[in-house]
Amino acid sequence: MEIVRVEGLTFAYSGSEAPALRGINLVVEEGEFVLLLGPSGCGKSTLLRCLNGLIPHFYAGRMEGRVVVAGMEVSKTPTYVLSQHVGMVFQNPENQLFSLTVENDVAFALENLGMPREEIKRRVDFALRAVGIEGLRRRSPFELSGGQQQKVAIASVLALMPKLMLFDEPTSSLDPLSAKSVIDTISRIRKEFGTSIVVAEHRVELLADKVDRVVVMHDGRVIRDGRPREVFVQEEMKPYGIPVPKVVSMAKGVNKSLMVFNEVPLSPEEFERGIRGFLLDKVR
Amino acid sequence: MIKFDSVTYVYPTGVRALSGISVEIGKGELVALMGENGAGKTTFIKHLNGLLKPTSGRVYVDGKDTRSLSVAQLSRKVGIVFQNAEDMFFLPTVEEEVAFSLRNLGFDEGTVRRRVDWALRFMELEAYRNRSPFLLSGGEKKRLALAIILAWNPQVVAMDEPTVGQDSVQKEKLKEMVRQMVLQGRTVIISTHDVEFVAELRPRVILMSKGRIVADGRAEDILTDAGLLEGCSLLMPQVAATMSRLRDLGFDAKVISVEDAVKSIVERLRAVEHTRGS
Repeated sequence: MEIVRVEGLTFAYSGSEAPALRGINLVVEEGEFVLLLGPSGCGKSTLLRCLNGLIPHFYAGRMEGRVVVAGMEVSKTPTYVLSQHVGMVFQNPENQLFSLTVENDVAFALENLGMPREEIKRRVDFALRAVGIEGLRRRSPFELSGGQQQKVAIASVLALMPKLMLFDEPTSSLDPLSAKSVIDTISRIRKEFGTSIVVAEHRVELLADKVDRVVVMHDGRVIRDGRPREVFVQEEMKPYGIPVPKVVSMAKGVNKSLMVFNEVPLSPEEFERGIRGFLLDKVR
Repeated sequence: MIKFDSVTYVYPTGVRALSGISVEIGKGELVALMGENGAGKTTFIKHLNGLLKPTSGRVYVDGKDTRSLSVAQLSRKVGIVFQNAEDMFFLPTVEEEVAFSLRNLGFDEGTVRRRVDWALRFMELEAYRNRSPFLLSGGEKKRLALAIILAWNPQVVAMDEPTVGQDSVQKEKLKEMVRQMVLQGRTVIISTHDVEFVAELRPRVILMSKGRIVADGRAEDILTDAGLLEGCSLLMPQVAATMSRLRDLGFDAKVISVEDAVKSIVERLRAVEHTRGS
């Protein structure tokens, strides 16, 4: 089952001559975890806005092509309908939070949709538990740390139980430990609920071994699309502003002198396994 | 060049941001100020040019107590690039943006022109001199903010979270600029929690947590100490995290760069092969 189908998508913001997207084709299968990579200004955020309907509903511009999400043509579907199927978490959690308590923030969108009280309560409980912030429910979102705020933002999207969740650089303002915790939360949501996920992020170290697929954008186009191992192994990624996890560079460096790794590792754990396997082979 | 002598700073709201900080930073040093959000890094930096004066204790810049100097006087010695410096652009062209503060500092037109030319060339922004600052990319805006500061020719350059929101090409460029500034003999202080960026620069690391300095030393020593880092919401850079998993095999665990890691691994594996072979 497809959750996303993008065909020949070109978009130029009104007032700007150069298109931000130039002929994008992309299919995401249900349950897939996709990392969207590319330098600033490559069109990542614009593509995400096309998937949740912010474009064309709230941004003026010239659009060609077709975007279908969860079986609905985005340009013909009102955003309040889309929002029940596609959730988006932004870079800066503070902009998404506004209520007096965490609990109210998570309930807000559900109330807007006119859900029954009991259902709202059930879903708020579920979302807070899923993200691991039940203990914060009566706190004010504004006295929380950046990482906790981002989890509240994730919970409020998750409460809608969308089929597809989009993340636009969700950790860029967080310190490393909070960033890891947010990424782990996203990965757990995917595993537990089979939610399809598209995340735009620069922190490849935290994501390389968790995602199914890496889509690389440059100048409004998709220039690479494949499994993380296939994409990160390519040396010519660097000039495009695509970070490669350090373990990949280490493994390539080692292999130049000694053939240790048969496949490129994506995490310190996999690197360790490669080295220990090599040594074990020597003993045998 | 910079000396903090038991500095405590309490904001008017009662929040104690710095608690008894004592530290010295020498001429030409490259320092990374690291720690969790809210550790006191930005408050520390604001003391360098007198934007904040200590509630108790003293800050000395080039031997002078900052309490006796104005921000304008201190700014000639210490340039600070704040995290959202680019939000403050307001002039129609890149060139005018750089010239503005020079004129404010009272330089004559000839000097202003020379300094603007130099700073734009150094930051590789010459091609954009007549462009509106608002049309620059995120990385270019960061470089313009830095060009504005460098045009005054300050001895100390401090940057608050310069890598946030920057992609890997922009970070690479920033690293190059930092190295050049150090080569010019400037003192460079970078506040950041980007461990990968710091691992590649190998500066002296001052680690802060909850308003105190909890460690001060070489990047190789601090960025390989998992317990210490986690106490400050930081993680080891990936190279160090990988090497620490292999410590029991006799691999060098105090390594933070890819090159050093590869060298150490290959040497060790060759040695093992050699022992087995003989």
